[in-house]
Amino acid sequence: MLARRAAIVAALFCGTTAAAQEMKSGSLPEQGASALERYVAEMWSGADADWKQRLQQDETQAQCSRFRNNPPDDIAEAIRKREAATIALPEDGNVLGRWQDGEKIAQNGRGGQFSDAPDTVRGGNCYACHEMAKSEASFGTLGPSLAEYGKLRGFSAEAAKETFAKIYNSQATLPCSSMPRFGVHGFLTAQQIKDVTAYLFDRESPVNK
Amino acid sequence: MTIICRSYLCRTARSDLLGIEERGALLIGKARRAGSALQQEKFKSAGTWFVLVYVLFATAAVLGMGIEGPKAADTEDEIKRYREMINDPMANPAYLNVDRGEELWKLPRGNKGVSLETCDIGKGPGVLEGAYAELPRYFSDANKVMDLEQRLLWCMETVQQLDTQEILSRKFGTPSATSDMEDLVAYIANKSNGMTFHIPLNDAQEQEAYAIGEALFYRRGSLLDFSCATCHSADGARIRTTQLPNLTKPGKDAQETMGSWPTYRVSQSQMRTMQNRLWDCYRQMRMPPPEYGSAGLTALMIYLARQADGGPINVPSIKR
Ligand code: HEC
Ligand code: HEC
Repeated sequence: MLARRAAIVAALFCGTTAAAQEMKSGSLPEQGASALERYVAEMWSGADADWKQRLQQDETQAQCSRFRNNPPDDIAEAIRKREAATIALPEDGNVLGRWQDGEKIAQNGRGGQFSDAPDTVRGGNCYACHEMAKSEASFGTLGPSLAEYGKLRGFSAEAAKETFAKIYNSQATLPCSSMPRFGVHGFLTAQQIKDVTAYLFDRESPVNK
Repeated sequence: MTIICRSYLCRTARSDLLGIEERGALLIGKARRAGSALQQEKFKSAGTWFVLVYVLFATAAVLGMGIEGPKAADTEDEIKRYREMINDPMANPAYLNVDRGEELWKLPRGNKGVSLETCDIGKGPGVLEGAYAELPRYFSDANKVMDLEQRLLWCMETVQQLDTQEILSRKFGTPSATSDMEDLVAYIANKSNGMTFHIPLNDAQEQEAYAIGEALFYRRGSLLDFSCATCHSADGARIRTTQLPNLTKPGKDAQETMGSWPTYRVSQSQMRTMQNRLWDCYRQMRMPPPEYGSAGLTALMIYLARQADGGPINVPSIKR
């Protein structure tokens, strides 16, 4: 009994960055990972089947968890490749929607919570983490400032495409980024991502004023 | 200026405000019974302060609407004065929970018709002083690591043979139904004021819980790929205007955080416990609601409490 516990503790501690970097390959030792998932199952034993799906990690989530968002190079590369493959650019090549709608999406932090009605319109809540329009003083600092984003990039069409892709899947450029992969889970629709891209790239958008 | 609702708090903003006034009135009533003119004055100004500060918080932070730079500086002053009030028991509505908690602790209930006064919270039967400072901990009688809420439920079931289903149906209090759990936690945690967290992790089960808690802290998932670490692993980071504690390391942030829960949450006009705070963070993470008193939540709590080791306790506090 004691030995088993010691093994679990040791296995879990191997997940720390330093130890993980040394391990390089292989998964979180079986005992630690399965002990954790047993706790997870018990912690949400009362959730209904639909909600329980959210307990399942995809491979990228599992790897970022295991390496505490600091994966060794080979795993980082695997994540980057896998995530890049998920990005679907609009077929007509136009990545710019309406910046006015984009602003609402950037301000809105609702949707997908157990306290929300299921039909709640989802927002990107970009302001939770980013400075955007300078006129909006209530912004968070978990992400870099996006003030004058399009202007600083010369309103280039290429940069706008890259930004659409960034919002669609942040981890295609930065494995284990803190930023949600908005397109992958379908949290935002392609149209919504176009709208926030326009919010960053339209000359008339307050972001570029 | 457009106001955009960022959370369910918006829906209750008006009733919250009323809630605070009501509570202010209650407090004033209590002071009157105490018969001190001085205290009455204090209560009145406290009531005014609550509403004022609440409005500030609601506009600046909860609703997340635009505020101008200079106003933000004013807000900091207000917050400073507001913080000074926390330690004034006569100004903090959560002391109503403390009083009710004391009554519940001494009330004979359940099939056995006895009170909780022989319940062992870790320092021996009935000993409350300093017990909260050492929780969560391993209890050999239950062969489990338990936080205060789990332990209280265990005592209700074993000492009193009380129907905990009914108690759990009110686990988070509302304006129309108070929570026995919140009241008892307020009373018992308050008995550790002036003491410091002491979480030595001597027991193997405590070590396992800590390791699981840490792994849970970094476990990313659901629709936004969040883990606790997404929001609580940088120094001085904010979500909107809300300051986020860095909970990944021992020290000041963890100590100030853990030493200030349970707390009266002005935005909800309720006193809340750590079970509720973690439930709320999992809500933001787009996870399903975690089971109250589950081993996983206790694991997270022992991880957090260990980071706060040596930090002073001053509860119930008041927060946004
Ligand atoms: C939980 C925090 C969070 C949220 C919410 C968030 N981001 Fe980010 N974002 C980040 C972080 C952290 C980075 C930097 C790391 C990276 O590049 O992935 C970032 C980077 C970016 C970048 C690249 C900046 C550069 O380096 O040029 C863009 C563009 C961006 N975010 C747009 C958005 C938009 C638009 C939204 C809302 C739809 C959004 N973000 C929501 C955290 C967030
Ligand atoms: C999307 C962002 C986000 C995530 C993810 C998140 N939290 Fe929080 N957390 C917050 C916010 C916002 C607050 C409120 C801070 C305040 O009002 O002072 C908070 C508050 C807290 C507090 C109380 C802080 C205090 O000083 O009162 C604790 C403890 C906490 N979170 C722990 C966790 C844990 C553990 C997890 C994971 C299970 C988690 N959080 C996940 C955003 C988050």
